[in-house]
Amino acid sequence: MSQRAAVLGTGQTKHVSARKDVSIAGLVREAADRALADAGCTWDEIDAVVIGKAPDMFEGVMMPELYLAEALGSVGKPLMRVHTAGSVGGSTAIVATHLVQAGIHERVLTVAFEKQSESNAMWALSIRIPFSQPLVAGAGGYFAPIVRGYMRKSGAPVDTGYKVVLKDRLNALKNPFAHVHEHDISYDKIANSPLLWDPIRYSETCPSSDGAGAMVIGSERAADEAVANGRPVAWIHGTAVRSEPTMGAGRDRVNPHAGRECAKAVYAEAGITDPFRQIDCAEIYVPFSWFEPMWLENLGFAEEGTGWKMVHDGTTALDGELPINMSGGVLSSNPIGASGMIRFLEAANQVRGTAGDHQVPDAKTALGHAYGGGSQFFAMWVVGSEKK
Amino acid sequence: MRDVAIVSYSQYTSRREDTRNEIEFLLPVVKETLAPLGLTTHDMGFTVSGSSDYLAGQSFAFVSALDAVGPWPPIAESHVEMDGAWALYEAWVRLQHGDIDTALVYAFGKSSPGDIGRVLALQLEPYMTTPLWPDAASLAALQARALLDSGKASEKDLARVVARSRRSAQDNPWAQLKGDVDEAALLDAPLFSDPLRKHDLPPVSDGAAVMVLAAGDRARQLTANPVWIRGIDHRIDSHALGSRDLTVSPSTKLAGEKAGVTPDIDIAELHAPFSHQELILAEALGLDETRTRINPSGGALASNPVMAAGLIRIGEAAKRLAAGEGRRAVAHATSGPCLQQNLVCVLEAEQ
Repeated sequence: MSQRAAVLGTGQTKHVSARKDVSIAGLVREAADRALADAGCTWDEIDAVVIGKAPDMFEGVMMPELYLAEALGSVGKPLMRVHTAGSVGGSTAIVATHLVQAGIHERVLTVAFEKQSESNAMWALSIRIPFSQPLVAGAGGYFAPIVRGYMRKSGAPVDTGYKVVLKDRLNALKNPFAHVHEHDISYDKIANSPLLWDPIRYSETCPSSDGAGAMVIGSERAADEAVANGRPVAWIHGTAVRSEPTMGAGRDRVNPHAGRECAKAVYAEAGITDPFRQIDCAEIYVPFSWFEPMWLENLGFAEEGTGWKMVHDGTTALDGELPINMSGGVLSSNPIGASGMIRFLEAANQVRGTAGDHQVPDAKTALGHAYGGGSQFFAMWVVGSEKK
Repeated sequence: MRDVAIVSYSQYTSRREDTRNEIEFLLPVVKETLAPLGLTTHDMGFTVSGSSDYLAGQSFAFVSALDAVGPWPPIAESHVEMDGAWALYEAWVRLQHGDIDTALVYAFGKSSPGDIGRVLALQLEPYMTTPLWPDAASLAALQARALLDSGKASEKDLARVVARSRRSAQDNPWAQLKGDVDEAALLDAPLFSDPLRKHDLPPVSDGAAVMVLAAGDRARQLTANPVWIRGIDHRIDSHALGSRDLTVSPSTKLAGEKAGVTPDIDIAELHAPFSHQELILAEALGLDETRTRINPSGGALASNPVMAAGLIRIGEAAKRLAAGEGRRAVAHATSGPCLQQNLVCVLEAEQ
């Protein structure tokens, strides 16, 4: 009963530390206008809007979609707001996709944003609530022990993380929208950057960014029409979400069960049996360098304990056998709530052939991946240049 | 569209004295909803919830609430930062795909720890309006004043809504405010936020609502009395109060038309946190009180757990249809200041 859907257009802002020149409304509108222009459609042709962002405390606005109704051209239309922690950008795109696949709408605009400069994300994440266990300061404190666990289990050399950052930051130089354009990036600079949360060094962490991403998702009819008009689309071959608890005996935070299940589900829907061979490139959520090898294993691209080898032998480089985070990834831009959607839209751009200087030649099938919470919420999609 | 029904529903509402946290009051309601079906959370094809971080006063409030469902092994799950009625909408959409037959929907909110009137001021335009801290009751009062000045309603009409709500709520075990009150006596009460009196405002409530949806034959297998969702739609108006005619609700009217509201409605559960809003909603949906029972539960004036109150309207209407109190019902949920965003759902009892 599920109908075909495709990405008709994408848009994003230039991600920076602080967009002082625009309001939250101005920021989301900028990304949305670009997505509409890329899709060649007008605001009147949008049937519904699905917006996502991470916790409201990151800007200090409760349910900001209410205030954004006009900026998103949604007055008189259905407007939904998704929040699934760090995976939200991906989950939001999936909710929008489902509206089209269910045959309810022809064209849905989906937007995700974070304007971190309006508040302080680290402390918004570190609120001490009465009678609850005190949490660590910021996300790095939570994830560092998990990284250490991976290093111990896999025996990966300590510079695996450095090599991931070097690749991603070099890729970012080819992406005009990336926040961090570090022209003097080098192995030594990364290796000598301050240790923030042992074993994670400053250079191995994502920046805090203001930014937004948007996509127009359309029905098969709308996509066929776009293709007939010479506009490339990305066909959505599969979507999946999975969640597991924050705490619990039996959880494997290094290689989470929910991530493996989510990958299995999205591959099954997309007809993928050998992800390493069938997927041409992937944009995956890597906020700290070491998550690249960890997710390579979790996503089934590498056997457990061997993902780090693909980092060292160049498999995941832009010209490697399985390019990962061609855009520079989360390590180069992190408007938190939008980061998942940017992964999804970068994957779509690759198969549309519109990724610009960081295009993987002839990419036919790509994976977009997002995760959130304590490595417990996952959202993924597989997009392709052809109908499935 | 694929036929989808509500096959089970439970709720919990408490007064502000309750010291239990969200997971503690949500967990028993989840169990209670699943028990009559003989199912567990792992039999659900999809799980989706609605809540707000700002009520809990912490980021990711929904994350720990997920423990009430027990997502282990992992489940397919999503969350909207909206009233649970919109979570139900997402579940309904998901069920249209045809690959799953059941969905668990829940909503929860604990308004009591904070000053809910001021917390809701954070929903306003953040640069020019929120810094003025207009509380929810003051904004509702502006709307009520506009309605009275338009001549479409009088203070007596507001008192009539409140008195009916209190009387109807006497049969509702979850209602906080109930009783056989005299309309004339209500008008003797002092003004709280002109022209609203304290009784025109909702109580401060904590609570949760849980529902199971099932598609087609699966619904009939699970219960003898499935309540079918015949139409569901939601729309939003501008956030700028100054640019809206506050005496009407165009988004409710449009959502009602799209959801297929017709005059033959037996029961209406309207999410009107303030008394005058019920009059605006009834007009937008074309409801005639001589034909339709409006808010037989007492509505949000009787108990108003923010983020769950909209889903509760749908559950209350479904519960009455399942019990044979009518054939067709309309349920409504609202969000945002002065009825900015509205969802309308048309329900039908199994023949």
